Amino acid sequence: MAVRLQFENNNEIGVFSKLTNSYCLVAIGGSENFYSVFEAELAETIPVIHTSIAGCRIIGRLCVGNKNGLLVPNTTTDTELQHIRNSLPDNVKVQRVEERLSALGNVIASNDYVALVHPDLDRETEEILADTLNVEVFRQTVASNILIGSYCVLSNLGGLVHPKTSIQDQDELSSLLQVPLVAGTVNRGSEVIAAGMVVNDWASFCGMDTTSTELSVIESVFKLNEATPAAITSTMRASLIESMS
Amino acid sequence: MEYMTNIDDPVKETARILCCECGVSIEPNPANMCVACLRSRIDITEGIPKQATLHFCKGCERYLQPPAEWIHAPLESRDLLSLCLKKLKGLSRVKLVDAGFVWTEPHSKRLKVKLTVHAEVIGGAILQQVFVVEYIVNHQMCDDCHRTEAQDYWRASVQVRQKAINKKTFFYLEQLILKHKAHEQTLGIKPIHEGLDFFYANEAAARKMIDFLVAVLPCRYQHSKKLISHDIHSNIYNYKFTYSVEIVPISKDSIVCLPKKLTQQLGGIHPICLVYRTTNSIHLMDVSSGQIAEVSSTVYWRYPFNSICNPKQLTEYVIMDIEPIKNKDKKVFPGQGAISNKHIVADVWLVKASELGINDNTIHTRTHLGYILKPGDSALGYAIGDSNINDMNFDKLSRDIVPDIILVKKFYGHDKAARRRARVWKLKHLAEEVVSMSTENNEYNEFLDELEEDPEMRQNINIFRDSSKQIPVDSSEMDPSIPRITLEEMLDDLVIDDTEMGEAYQ
Repeated sequence: MAVRLQFENNNEIGVFSKLTNSYCLVAIGGSENFYSVFEAELAETIPVIHTSIAGCRIIGRLCVGNKNGLLVPNTTTDTELQHIRNSLPDNVKVQRVEERLSALGNVIASNDYVALVHPDLDRETEEILADTLNVEVFRQTVASNILIGSYCVLSNLGGLVHPKTSIQDQDELSSLLQVPLVAGTVNRGSEVIAAGMVVNDWASFCGMDTTSTELSVIESVFKLNEATPAAITSTMRASLIESMS
Repeated sequence: MEYMTNIDDPVKETARILCCECGVSIEPNPANMCVACLRSRIDITEGIPKQATLHFCKGCERYLQPPAEWIHAPLESRDLLSLCLKKLKGLSRVKLVDAGFVWTEPHSKRLKVKLTVHAEVIGGAILQQVFVVEYIVNHQMCDDCHRTEAQDYWRASVQVRQKAINKKTFFYLEQLILKHKAHEQTLGIKPIHEGLDFFYANEAAARKMIDFLVAVLPCRYQHSKKLISHDIHSNIYNYKFTYSVEIVPISKDSIVCLPKKLTQQLGGIHPICLVYRTTNSIHLMDVSSGQIAEVSSTVYWRYPFNSICNPKQLTEYVIMDIEPIKNKDKKVFPGQGAISNKHIVADVWLVKASELGINDNTIHTRTHLGYILKPGDSALGYAIGDSNINDMNFDKLSRDIVPDIILVKKFYGHDKAARRRARVWKLKHLAEEVVSMSTENNEYNEFLDELEEDPEMRQNINIFRDSSKQIPVDSSEMDPSIPRITLEEMLDDLVIDDTEMGEAYQ
């Protein structure tokens, strides 16, 4: 199920939130609207956490995470780190990294198994990433954009990439990720996909401008429509069992 | 040797995406929208008005190019198109690719211009759009036409008046004005009883007209101004100037009676004189002695005198006998003024043409026309002795020195129509209404006759060849004694024949 929302009249909701299969981070806004939309969708299954990183609200672009862990940039204050640690489930590892490319959300795209990273990312960060998030790491670009975190959104079921990505690139990425990929847009033609939406295996949030065509593309590629009770036993089984274990 | 057969096309095949609005599969573009959706969402001609107004002056068929220029522009011309495009304000924001007229009825007062524009829309996509702008042609009179149309739009006027019976002076003045092109700056000319009004846009032009009039006619003028408005803060005064010009009320071929003082000043000339010529002064002649005098306008206004006979009273006489006076018989006195050597004074014996054969008594008088008169000729003259004359100066004269008859000019026959027919020349006119031909036809014809008779008078006048009349090959039917204007004196008129041009185009 995909939901449309805005953060204080801004459609780039992927900038102000971070959604994984085991937790959701939400920026501290002027009103509770943004937060309550996430809460309504997710509160029954995963914790929705108010936070800031390095005093900023652009948490979606600063951190990267999946159900196994969360990487935050070294600008994160101790208090914030402590708050995040306290709020997250116990099995989620939180790690602060010393990385020149400190907007981790822009340089890393990951699901629960694979991470695609900026070609210039520090080797040390890559190792920490692989350890914390428990993923295989590939240095990649998407449609000649090195900010791979900004131009693609991944879940364990599918992925949406920059509209200009060629068929060959899509095939290559798809074979690395082992999920189907589709080129598309959000927010009425915006190609900065990760800024316009967040997604996990059963829910997706998009900017208010997203058209119904874009929503239907998103729902079909992330298989959100199939999140029926029957689907739990089949396709979602693996992730559920893993999260419960 | 083996060659690689399958080399992948290096050009990468881009994925097709769905248009974010309508879901049609498209190539990705900067807006990520199909062209139809882009068109419906974004109007690049938004800031450009779809209707505009042009101002057109009916009088001179020109369009107003703001702020104040008026230009000639035919329909569907480049000039008109550029004028139309300048009217559109928002056109600078887009790139104009093409423009052209859409046909409209010439009388519909509508112009339609089809424009093709390019503009960059969201994310750098270039959109092309075609639209039509409708222009409404409104009428607005241009300043020049306004000036001519509203004839009271003037700052200065010159009122020329002559308190005389006939209009000859004005016919002459009209020709002088045409010859010297003195009417070029006039806004309008208006005929008034006893004169003409000339209107000017500024005082200087009126002043110029005054100078011209003073140079060619005996006249005096008065100047007055009327305050229209004034601005006390900037000390600007807005006046209407009027010059009142009074022409001496004496025309050629009149008889005048001079005051005694003036006769003494003019070399003891006889008080009863003939006006034989008018220039910027009055030329007088005593027909009995051939003595001539010139009265300038200043002298005239100091000692004003009136005509005692005017050309309407001319009567025809037949010359019975003529005898030039010998030099020794001429009486000369000391202090006498100049004597004309162009004229010969002669004794004539006359009979009134109406009494020819009835009355055998000839009347004796003296005339200056000794050169041109011979026995049997007819001449026109005034019967002073028989007429009832009301004039102060005349009353003071003793009856002894008043001649009975004064001959003025030779008479060339009664057949005026034939003479008019034989006339192969014409004059130009300022405007039809200035001197209306219908009412003053006789006077005008007399003026033309006079021109034929007087070469001195016509040297100040442009005479044009009348192309509608043939030059008679055999002039036997006409009296050879009648004076004519020779072909050398005539000018060829400029004739622009538009009909031939029209036919050439067809």
